[in-house]
Amino acid sequence: MTESATSKLLNGDICHRTSNGKKASKNGFVKDHSLFEQPQKYRRPRDKNQNVPHNSSLYKKPFVESFEETPLWVAVLTYMGYGILTIFGYLRDFLRHWNIEKCHVARERDEQKDFVPLYQDFENFYTRNLYMRIRDNWNRPICSVPGAKVDLVERVTRDYNWTFEHTGKVVKDVINMGSYNYLGFAENTGACADAALEVTKMYGAGVGSTRCEMGNLDIHEEMEQLVARFLGVESAMAFGMGFATNSMNIPALMGKGCLILSDELNHTSLVLGARLSGSTIRVFKHNNMQSLEKLLRDAIVHGQPRTHRPWKKILIVVEGIYSMEGSIVRLPEVIALKKRYKAYLYLDEAHSIGALGPNGRGVVDYFGLDSKDVDIMMGTFTKSFGAAGGYIGGKKELIDYLRRHSHSAMYATSMSPPVAQQIITSMKIIMGEDGTTLGADRLRQLSQNTTYFRRRLHEMGFIIYGNEDSPVVPLMLYMPAKIGAFGREMLKRNIGTVVVGFPATPIIESRARFCVSAAHTREMLDTALEAISEVGDLLQLKYSRREQPLPSLGWMSEESLLQD
Amino acid sequence: MAGTEVRPSQRLPPCLLCKDCFLFLCVNKHRPMHRSSRTLHLRDLRARMNFKNLREYLAWLYYQYLLITGIYVLEPWEKSIFNSILFSAIAMVVYTSYVFVPIHVRLALEFFLGIFGGQLESTMALMT
Repeated sequence: MTESATSKLLNGDICHRTSNGKKASKNGFVKDHSLFEQPQKYRRPRDKNQNVPHNSSLYKKPFVESFEETPLWVAVLTYMGYGILTIFGYLRDFLRHWNIEKCHVARERDEQKDFVPLYQDFENFYTRNLYMRIRDNWNRPICSVPGAKVDLVERVTRDYNWTFEHTGKVVKDVINMGSYNYLGFAENTGACADAALEVTKMYGAGVGSTRCEMGNLDIHEEMEQLVARFLGVESAMAFGMGFATNSMNIPALMGKGCLILSDELNHTSLVLGARLSGSTIRVFKHNNMQSLEKLLRDAIVHGQPRTHRPWKKILIVVEGIYSMEGSIVRLPEVIALKKRYKAYLYLDEAHSIGALGPNGRGVVDYFGLDSKDVDIMMGTFTKSFGAAGGYIGGKKELIDYLRRHSHSAMYATSMSPPVAQQIITSMKIIMGEDGTTLGADRLRQLSQNTTYFRRRLHEMGFIIYGNEDSPVVPLMLYMPAKIGAFGREMLKRNIGTVVVGFPATPIIESRARFCVSAAHTREMLDTALEAISEVGDLLQLKYSRREQPLPSLGWMSEESLLQD
Repeated sequence: MAGTEVRPSQRLPPCLLCKDCFLFLCVNKHRPMHRSSRTLHLRDLRARMNFKNLREYLAWLYYQYLLITGIYVLEPWEKSIFNSILFSAIAMVVYTSYVFVPIHVRLALEFFLGIFGGQLESTMALMT
């Protein structure tokens, strides 16, 4: 693998020198040796797709991502909508301040008026005045297993979403397009559930200690060995919570004097872990290899800020699939850069493990690369395995070090036994070691569902972000009122969706995020797609300005087309 | 799909589908259509909702206005305030234009006719 990588690097170098026009000069001037730096080319103004891979020799299959640009009139109207809502927000705040209307937000008591203020009113302006008005789209209570279909508790509000009441009724069989259930392991029947039941009878539900003290069960050891075998690494370690895996382990690995290069759109847990570690953080543009290479070169050439000493470690932090964009990391190029500039790579496969790749082994499997190239492979069990928790995999020395020095290993309660058993059973199913073809069937079903869903949405004329193979499908809504309207209209048609707005996304790019699952049958997807199309017409969401292939004109004969 | 390709050189009658669609959906109004714009139009037509009567259509237009301005999320009394302010602003614009536009147009016409009329007179004087 290293040989082929080197040869690719050499080929890349040679190609670049000839394309840049910089010939080897005889008098020893410094040549431009960068791998991926390109001269500025004219880009088609339609797409924000400036990350076209120029090194397609590193990719075995075509890497197609699209982030269609926001139409100008949509952006203008979105800003106008936010402006109007801001004015009304000020009006309502004024009324609340002068007690003309009842204030539901936390306020200080009259006796504390002269103290230092406890609640900073303006920070919650957005929450009070926009989020509260459409709050019924989030935190919907679920009362069944979140599989392909789910039951929701019906609730009503009498004071415009400040308080909710349960009517006592249940909305049954809502098609679930929001749960991270990529391989359909969120189920209460089947091999996983039975095995978890057996284990609960043996060990109980709680552990009552941390891993360091008395909480290390044999089931944890078995699970960690299985995870290591699944990923193809020497050793792995599991934690009780995925968020805590990132935020507690990055501080154990990095410290002052180290450099973290993190992607623009990394998850909050990675950002929190990076900040807690105390190292210098530099951000590169999302999935942009030229930006990353520039940062690496600057870091190596200039060193630490004032002293210019070399950095102790450089860590590149990327995710496998970015859940808000649906984009997949350009792993071959990142690994080529990492080897060239001798940095370390931390890959967070929260959404991609189990969901990508022909064998379900994640984004490394998807690109056909060697898992030994990634120094720290992190992932979660929440999404594809139907359990909870996270893991870190890598070399044996790394994992042994983490066992002693990670906060999460030493102080957090260890994983509950039925959850660990769920992981073991589901992983064995995916690997095919349980003797059935269930794992392979589910993987195939997921990729078929993904392709079908994305293709149909694209044909309908919606703006969809992300890579063609990613099961996370963001559909752009843009306007603030459409966020609330979309969620409510979809629920009326018995489909549960997740809508996202600011601050999880940029202010004008609010979206609805669909998570395709292997548990969805073709009929369910068709029902969902019909409803999405209907709501898209009702709300006028079909913004895409791409050229579509001409549809079959069965409904309109050729003769009528050519008549006057 | 052989019969369905439309070559750009083939002149189509202007917006042959206009009589079927509402004006606001008509993206390319009266130009000969190239393939890309025709597919857009076809998709708009396919995407068209079925309105049984004018009332339903007007209700849908009002819904679009609520969504685009963001008023949809507000409480009813806030909606009324915004609608009344907007309506009175538009009414004032209409009234002002009704009163003043004819006067301004007449003055402008007199001004320009004065210039060109004077030019014509002076050239006539030179020629004779």
